[in-house]
Amino acid sequence: MSKNILSLKNITKIYQAKNGETTALDNINLDIRKGEFVSIIGPSGCGKSTLLSIIAGLEEKNTGEVYLDGKKIDGISSEIGYMLQKDSLLEWRTIYKNIILGLEIRGIKTKENEEYVNDLLKKYKLYDFKDKYPTQLSGGMRQRAALIRTLAVKPKILLLDEAFSALDYQTRIMVTKDVYEILRQEGITALIVTHDISESISLSDRVVVLTKRPAKIKAIHEIKFDMPNRTPINCRERPEFSSYFDTLWKELDING
Amino acid sequence: MDNKNISQDRKKYLKKIRINKITILITQILLLVAFIVLWEVLANAKIINSFITSSPSRILNTFLNMNDSNLMMHIGVTVYETIIGFIAGTLLGVVIAILLWWSEFLSKVLEPFLVVLSSLPKTALGPIIIIWVGAGTPAIIVMAVAISLVVTILDMSNGFFNTDKEKIMMAKSFNATKMQLLTKIVIPSNISTFINTLKVNIGLSLVGVITGEFLVSKAGLGYLIVYGGQVFQLDLVMTSVIILGIVAAIMYQSVVILEKIILREKK
Repeated sequence: MSKNILSLKNITKIYQAKNGETTALDNINLDIRKGEFVSIIGPSGCGKSTLLSIIAGLEEKNTGEVYLDGKKIDGISSEIGYMLQKDSLLEWRTIYKNIILGLEIRGIKTKENEEYVNDLLKKYKLYDFKDKYPTQLSGGMRQRAALIRTLAVKPKILLLDEAFSALDYQTRIMVTKDVYEILRQEGITALIVTHDISESISLSDRVVVLTKRPAKIKAIHEIKFDMPNRTPINCRERPEFSSYFDTLWKELDING
Repeated sequence: MDNKNISQDRKKYLKKIRINKITILITQILLLVAFIVLWEVLANAKIINSFITSSPSRILNTFLNMNDSNLMMHIGVTVYETIIGFIAGTLLGVVIAILLWWSEFLSKVLEPFLVVLSSLPKTALGPIIIIWVGAGTPAIIVMAVAISLVVTILDMSNGFFNTDKEKIMMAKSFNATKMQLLTKIVIPSNISTFINTLKVNIGLSLVGVITGEFLVSKAGLGYLIVYGGQVFQLDLVMTSVIILGIVAAIMYQSVVILEKIILREKK
């Protein structure tokens, strides 16, 4: 068993508003192993996305600690990549200029890093499109470009917040497969928030189920398929898939 | 596309569009000509009093008899004042909008004041401006700035605040500084807001300049219009108004051309 890359200890988040306070996250503890894909599912509005923004350092937490590779982190870390629902490509920049945005912002636009970007572009079939503008690309290609933008700064772990839900069904399945393969190949750990049970099973090694607000961890399921070369597409045909689906479905709906 | 490969239906469709366009243009020209001819005929037949309404031939005569250098001087003064007012109002407005975006506190504090200022008819400030900066060109330019400034601040800051939240989050996840958010996301996202502001401002600056010239000037198209009115020379008034219309159209078109250049560079 590989060591933990990300550890969450006693994370609590309380939102203050004029009409009172709401506890969004209640004492969340979670360990993610290196190279692992973990999905977080839960009833809508339960605070899944809040948890990701806290890990990304974009939102403050009330109590608790986040450890990355054993080091406590506070705020935005250069080793955590974050992807949202929309690809957020800047339409006034070419694909290449979009992809090096993170390098530019971080001030690490070195020759070496640009070479790495070019390698990624070639590897993931976007090199011929690098001087095009985002509007000239399909939804799937745009999402891949957004992923490479995140990978360009070499994160150790990638947070995906409903990253595929803006795409139509077919594109979504293909993009999920692309992203799965790219992340596996680059050896990047992924923490995925989704509302789609099938997506969580098809992508993950473990699925974490949260309760409704205030969110606690209700259960953690290991997802194992007895097959070589598992992909997010072929695992859907296995009998285990539907039994996992049933388990998670019941857990979300009836006792949610 | 290769012309030989165009189908009959497409040819018909293209022809229809072209004919439609030409018909509209011809109708527009006819309407204008008819208006001018009717004006001239009614004035000649003494059905309308050309002393009050002037007439196309008298306007043309006035235009031709105007001392050339004199007319150009008046046009030049108005254009100069408008351009200075336009640039100053736009720049100042954008800078203030950036400050408001930068400091949420400042924008919350200033909000009610800006709302009041935006609904206040700026021409009411005329006498104050004259007393403060003196009766001359500076007062006219300040008037032009006063009219375009508040609109610029409100439109631009509104655009800045409505920048796509996910794009901001994306840049923040790379640990972008506030300055980087401004230069890499917020400003480029608002290029079209800026161009719209330019289009509005060129018109507003002209309103400010003409109002200013009514109040204080010794030169400019606004001055000619007021002067013509005072000496009851409607020919001069009408001529100046027509020239003003042409000048305004040219300045607006310049902004449209500028827009095309900016958009071409961006893409």
